Amino acid sequence: MRGLHDLQVITPGPEPCGRLSPPLPEAVGRWFMARGWQPRRHQLETLDAMTRGLSCLVIAPTGGGKTMAGFLFSLADLGTSCGSGLHTLYVAPLKALCVDMARNLGAVVDETGIAARIETRTGDTPQARRRRQRSDPPDILLTTPESVALLASWPEAGSIFGHLRVVIVDEIHELAGTKRGDQLALALTRLSALSPGHRRIGLSATVAEPVKLRSYLDGGAGVMVIRADGGASPDITIMKTGNRIPLAGHTARHAVPDIYRAIRDVGTALVFVNTRSQAERVFQDLWKINDDNLGIALHHGSLAREQRLKVESAMADGSLRAVVATSTLDLGVDWGAVDLVVQIGAPKGVARMLQRIGRARHRMDEPSRALLVPANRFELLECQAVLDAIGEGVLDGAPRERGGIDVLAQHVLATAASGPFDPDTLYRDVIQAAPYANLERSLFDRIVDYVATGGYALVAYERFRRLTACDDGTLRIADEATARRFRMNAGTIVEEARLKVRMKNGKVIGEVEEHFVLGLTPGETFAFAGEVWALVGIRQTDAIVMRARSGDPRVPIYGGGSFPPTTNVAGFLRKIMAEPDRRAVLPEDVREWLDLQAEFSVLPDVDDLLVETFPRAGKAFLVAYPFEGRPAHQTLGMLMTRRMERMGAGPLGFVANDYALAIWSLRRVRDTAALIDESLLLEDLDDWLAGSSLLKRSFRKVATVAGLIERQHPGYRKTGRQVTFSTDLIYDVLRRHEPDHVLLEAARKEAMDTLLETRRLEDMLMRVKGRILQRDLDTVSPLALPVMLEVGRQMVASSALDDLIDAYGGDQ
Amino acid sequence: MIVNGTVLQPDPTGVLHWAEARLLAVADLHLGKGKAFARHGSLLPPHDTNATIRRLAEAITRLEPQCVICLGDSFHDREAVSGLEQASLAALEDLACGRDWIWIAGNHDPAPPAMLSGRAMGTFTKGRLTFRHEPSCAMVAGEVSGHLHPSAIIAPKGTRIRRRCFASDGRRVILPAFGAYAGGLDVHERAFSGLFPAGFDVWFVGGRNMRRIPGNRLLRPAWIES
Repeated sequence: MRGLHDLQVITPGPEPCGRLSPPLPEAVGRWFMARGWQPRRHQLETLDAMTRGLSCLVIAPTGGGKTMAGFLFSLADLGTSCGSGLHTLYVAPLKALCVDMARNLGAVVDETGIAARIETRTGDTPQARRRRQRSDPPDILLTTPESVALLASWPEAGSIFGHLRVVIVDEIHELAGTKRGDQLALALTRLSALSPGHRRIGLSATVAEPVKLRSYLDGGAGVMVIRADGGASPDITIMKTGNRIPLAGHTARHAVPDIYRAIRDVGTALVFVNTRSQAERVFQDLWKINDDNLGIALHHGSLAREQRLKVESAMADGSLRAVVATSTLDLGVDWGAVDLVVQIGAPKGVARMLQRIGRARHRMDEPSRALLVPANRFELLECQAVLDAIGEGVLDGAPRERGGIDVLAQHVLATAASGPFDPDTLYRDVIQAAPYANLERSLFDRIVDYVATGGYALVAYERFRRLTACDDGTLRIADEATARRFRMNAGTIVEEARLKVRMKNGKVIGEVEEHFVLGLTPGETFAFAGEVWALVGIRQTDAIVMRARSGDPRVPIYGGGSFPPTTNVAGFLRKIMAEPDRRAVLPEDVREWLDLQAEFSVLPDVDDLLVETFPRAGKAFLVAYPFEGRPAHQTLGMLMTRRMERMGAGPLGFVANDYALAIWSLRRVRDTAALIDESLLLEDLDDWLAGSSLLKRSFRKVATVAGLIERQHPGYRKTGRQVTFSTDLIYDVLRRHEPDHVLLEAARKEAMDTLLETRRLEDMLMRVKGRILQRDLDTVSPLALPVMLEVGRQMVASSALDDLIDAYGGDQ
Repeated sequence: MIVNGTVLQPDPTGVLHWAEARLLAVADLHLGKGKAFARHGSLLPPHDTNATIRRLAEAITRLEPQCVICLGDSFHDREAVSGLEQASLAALEDLACGRDWIWIAGNHDPAPPAMLSGRAMGTFTKGRLTFRHEPSCAMVAGEVSGHLHPSAIIAPKGTRIRRRCFASDGRRVILPAFGAYAGGLDVHERAFSGLFPAGFDVWFVGGRNMRRIPGNRLLRPAWIES
């Protein structure tokens, strides 16, 4: 009940709205009054700014009534001018938000007698209505970034958006800095070109750098930032259990009885975990001890839609006591009465934690309650780091600023699909979008060339051009078929193929990533949707399963889902290591562990990088503690082992987790400072990246988004598994014959930014320059134990594949 | 590898070398595939044809065969031959020069490429071997074919390695597809059923050397019914 819930917050509060009070539209004012509600200051400020024609960024905590702030002006303005075309466009990252908003706005409109037509447009909207919306748009349209981009790609875009007065972007902090955000930013420049002078309203949760969001939103006319008054600070504690906290692992099994009691003691609880496999495991563990038969449900992105909806509505009508959920419930529809949020595993970031905690807030003035349950000792330190950061009001920084090349390619085609365009004008428009503000003209031209001909040096495709040049210098889409293909393939999310999990009787239980099922052999078991299943086989797009009688399930392990701790949190983590005062609040067993480390080895200073070396099982081990997250550590491990190879140390393998990196080799590296310096990224990265499978992975995504290859639509599969023709083959050919192609550049940037975290690594290497703290030890240190426990999961370097094949085969 | 009593050398590049006869066989070049996609709107890199010819040229230069047999589907479609770049034509002509070059007809390229040197044939027999495009249902001892694009998966130490491969039971051999854009079809797929009634071995391409891997040590993908 999002929108209404926002309004309920507006109880006659302690806060008078005296001095500054532009008149509420009369009908809306009456409606407020009839409920004994009063608008909040930030809502009236927003109305005032918009009345003066300004764009605004409204920053308010969850439950702060910001959504209504965005709509007040539209309701006022529409009161006099309904039915004259699309007036307000509302864009949200989730379909569910649009649907919910439509319902709540509809109620307001009905009761106030404003004759506005309100409609949603998402992937679920029927074809006929979508067609009608193009010829006869509603007054208020609620939609997603993808749908905006598509809608703007029709030839009638001019008439659809020509009368636009307001664009509202909800949860703007979730979109900015992502590919979907890039897509929306570009679509917004189109809307500005089609309807100059409309207002943009961004609605955001509390963020560290509103400046970045402001520039994201800014269409050139400036943006006014309006902050709501902060609500009560949340009440967050780290759960104390009778058991010792494990050194490693992610199950939090030691804390399950305590979590169960916490759920039992409150009305309703949301239990957040970081991955779907954790969700499955925690759910099973809770039910094993659910003697009171509490209504505990499971919610994650792989479950069948019907099942998720069932859980959501049971939660809404109060018949559940707890839901174990992944990030699928981070955003979205509010249920009102959540008393407690439990976070299992490290929260990874302050913003993410606050978002999740916000789900337990009914009223802005009441504190929300949250319990953090770390699954291992380092996670406990990370939880404490997040608490310290929240306590000191230090929020996470914004991540990515550089807009995706592939997204821009899609935008060029979208623009062409709606009509001929002048490249000079398009370039000027594109650089109005913040993610592309620094885009060089030469790169833009290469992208346009790619869209037109494929962008190959050898101009073999002149005959198959997608864009043709007109006499007046504009570019026009080649034919209707090209536009149609574009609309079929648009979008910036490239998901791995998924299979339906189906029982023999045909019932669908949910979906899992294809690669997970392909890794199973028939008969193997896995936990899914709260039960244990055995795989029977795969038929077309279905994984056929049956209930397994017993056995230890092989829990689904999904790609993605786990994030590295933010740099902000990592910084606080290092402070806990360095400053004894911060450690005073830690549980005794964790304090003992750190004290032991200080005695046995050392606890590094904030800007130091501790590197320990020790012999073990005839090998030389090196463990470093950068605390920069697994992706960055993995990149570092790759680069360091390459250098060790050249130094003759004979590296054998490495393992990384979010906190540390362990490398083992035949010979000891005496001077680790020579091994870890900023030249690592310069010398070795290109070389290694070229042959790495990471680059192939990001190439697949980039090639799909940029429209080089067609998207595999859900449910589509060549019958009988025809020959698989993968993007890897295209990648190999391109790399060899056209190494400067714009899509290879895009894949490289993407891999560096998102998979390798090279920028984070670079910052770290600069920070620790001259501050490498080397300790040569006789054996494993207390701090090294957790990562050493993971060493068994050794990874295989690609160069070793030949040896594996040889070892596997028979004679020559 | 011994097929019907003939000693053959499967090559890491994916060509089959019969050293004793100074003969080289190669399957499913699919020249012109990139361009065929472009005609239908996917502007894939157009270099696949050159890449394929270059790799073939390397193999021929190294192995110096007197006779080269292309086992069909050498051209992706009818337009592929006429659409060949001048440089590609010249490269193919260079390779064929001084050699007995045989174009076996495939389902993609049933008509012989008239403008190119070489003989066009349906099948070709030499010694105890018969070269054709598609493996026949009836067991023909000594059959050398392509068409199916065999690939296989092994799963050592928790990893999964999927590669194109040769597949043989000692009576017949099926070659991996050689073309840069030609993919693979798992050897457990129905298309292979009945071809190797008494089991088979595979040889992975793309590595340093060629090792025989018994078929029963391969990973059988879950999507294939047994």
